[in-house]
Amino acid sequence: MLSAVIAISALALTFGLLLGYSAIRFRVEGDPVVDRIDALLPQTQCGQCGFAGCRPYAQAIAQGEAEINRCPPGGETTIIGLADLLGRDVVPLDAERGEEKPKAVAVIDEQVCIGCTLCIQACPVDAILGAAKSMHTVIASECTGCELCLPPCPVDCIHMTPVEQDIAHWKWPFPDAASGGVIAAREVH
Amino acid sequence: MAAARSDTASRRLWKFHGGLHLAENKAQSVTQPLRPAALPKRLILPLQQHIGESAQPLVQVGQRVLKGEMLARPQGYISAPIHAPSSGVVAAIGELPVPHPSGLEGLCIVIETDGEDRWGRLPDAIEAFEKCAPEVLRERVRSAGVVGLGGAAFPSSVKLNPGPDHPIHTLILNGAECEPYITCDQMLMREQPERVVSGAHVLLHALGADRCLIGVEDNKPEAIQALKRAVAAAGVASLEVVAVPTLYPSGGEKQLIQILTGEEVPRHGIPAQIGYVCHNVGTAAAIADAVLQGTPLVSRIVTVTGEGVREAQNLEVLIGTPISELIAECGGYTPEVSRLILGGPMMGFALHTDQVPITKAANCVFAASLREAPAPDPAAPCIRCGECARVCPANLLPQQLYWYARAKDLDKVQDYSLFDCIECGCCSYVCPSHIPLVQYYRFAKAESWAREQERSKSDHARQRHQARLQRLERLEKERKARLRRRKEDLDKAPSTERSSEQTKQAAIRAAIERAKAKKAAQPVQPRNVDTLTPEQREQIANVEARRRGGDRRADTAGREE
Repeated sequence: MLSAVIAISALALTFGLLLGYSAIRFRVEGDPVVDRIDALLPQTQCGQCGFAGCRPYAQAIAQGEAEINRCPPGGETTIIGLADLLGRDVVPLDAERGEEKPKAVAVIDEQVCIGCTLCIQACPVDAILGAAKSMHTVIASECTGCELCLPPCPVDCIHMTPVEQDIAHWKWPFPDAASGGVIAAREVH
Repeated sequence: MAAARSDTASRRLWKFHGGLHLAENKAQSVTQPLRPAALPKRLILPLQQHIGESAQPLVQVGQRVLKGEMLARPQGYISAPIHAPSSGVVAAIGELPVPHPSGLEGLCIVIETDGEDRWGRLPDAIEAFEKCAPEVLRERVRSAGVVGLGGAAFPSSVKLNPGPDHPIHTLILNGAECEPYITCDQMLMREQPERVVSGAHVLLHALGADRCLIGVEDNKPEAIQALKRAVAAAGVASLEVVAVPTLYPSGGEKQLIQILTGEEVPRHGIPAQIGYVCHNVGTAAAIADAVLQGTPLVSRIVTVTGEGVREAQNLEVLIGTPISELIAECGGYTPEVSRLILGGPMMGFALHTDQVPITKAANCVFAASLREAPAPDPAAPCIRCGECARVCPANLLPQQLYWYARAKDLDKVQDYSLFDCIECGCCSYVCPSHIPLVQYYRFAKAESWAREQERSKSDHARQRHQARLQRLERLEKERKARLRRRKEDLDKAPSTERSSEQTKQAAIRAAIERAKAKKAAQPVQPRNVDTLTPEQREQIANVEARRRGGDRRADTAGREE
């Protein structure tokens, strides 16, 4: 009886030490799940999900506090990606959070801008350039289209302009199910 | 690998997987000799005629340019310059329709030609290219704007620089021209074989390769004979013209290498990894011109064919010539014309308008009748017959690719090597259900690229956002530290407060003194006193006297105090 108790205690102690050691030795910094969720989010930092940015939302999803359908800029693609990653069901986008819109960038009407710097403070990716009482402008290539600069503007001089389709960004469309065949490849004899 | 022996060649040849025997339809366009097309009034030069970054304009509207002058310079490594195909005046730089499947507009330089076709100053010809370093030849090819003329338009200078990790032993010149209807390479090899052979020489030297194989499909016997004669005349043993069996798509780069050597290019790889570089024969001719004559790429041979055009033929066309003018030169459209296709019937794309120009990549203008290019049949469900897998020259599983592309599963399509698909169209051609398979693959490829771009963009946004958060945190910390320091300073030295109060008072006094001194130095000049009556003068004098008296009183009051 006593020998059994001692044996089990010795085993428990050994494994406990081993586990404790490996917990320190093989410690993983940060939460890899949060990183992977964050990687799927569009990084607009728009806050439409109700969190302060993409990473806080990723943390909330990882902790099971938020649904995966709260990201309008990511739209269906993001929801499918998250559902795949987390093994959850694909759910339609939460309409309360907004709707998936075509890509747009903010443009400042430079005639109207009074140089108040409020939009600069609102931009989460530092895409607005300007100084107090000087005209501001948006660096289009850095703008994520989050619309966070719109509400603070006291003179309503910022507008969202849809990104125009050009050849460099053109994509082959999904084939029309009704039509078939290659362009022209019937034999002529 | 089944070995096949072609009756026209003495060397051993191999076979690639799949492939199709198609009706050639090449005879229509080779009846007339090759001739230059007429000089058009306007030349439209898209800045994006190649794979890579688009070129950057160097000229302004209204500027006079001479033939061969650089109009736009390359931006970045994978890019190519654009040269003026004829002399004239730059009429416009703006968005115009360009030959692209989207039908969208692209930035173009428009030249109004002056009819003189006068050459500008060209770089010196490099006659003794054997003594030149490969870098010099590469730079010449790059500055001459030579891109792959087989249809892909990849900048040729990049292919000439495989890097020290990939020594090249064999150069392959692609004269297979396997797609039906297209005959521009055939005409080039028949009529100007010496240009191809000298191009092969230059390329051999630039790459440091030992031998060159020129692969030509055996349905072009005249071209093979002409090339053989040119090779014999040049008297170089390292060049060999090889007839390959006619089988679509033997002109695919990887397929031709396999036919000629039996070696397979690894998946997702390039031929340089196994010591081969493959160039189109037209590209070789353009490289010969660039090096041996110094002329940039300003024209190319274009096949105009199909039942929709009166006189099918090959023309030497200036880059930028509108397709409508080319059609007019070939006798115009016939009533049967139904569709205008740029490229061949298998891999080409339909044009939305004939107002677009010929670009460096445009090898064939196919004005197809309804008989040649019928409207596609409606797609039926896949019956899993497996015909597509049997004909696929890249040895892929088109059915699987189709299912995953249709489900928009971009990870799975890449697991099935979507990016090894050469879009040859064999699978769509044989599909009994008329499923537009290639269109699904193009869609999946485009989506995958777009997703990749989105990812790198969102990574960039994440970095910027994090940088901003860090900066805000740092600023907040600095602000708090500053406040704390000030508070500590105040707590530490209460005595300094009074002294600072005293210095402040002293400063105020000093300022008052300064102001008084300034006032004294500039006594007030009486103004508007020229036209006054004596009574008014007297009145003023009285007022002044009173004021002075007041001042004195104040002074004495101050002293008494």
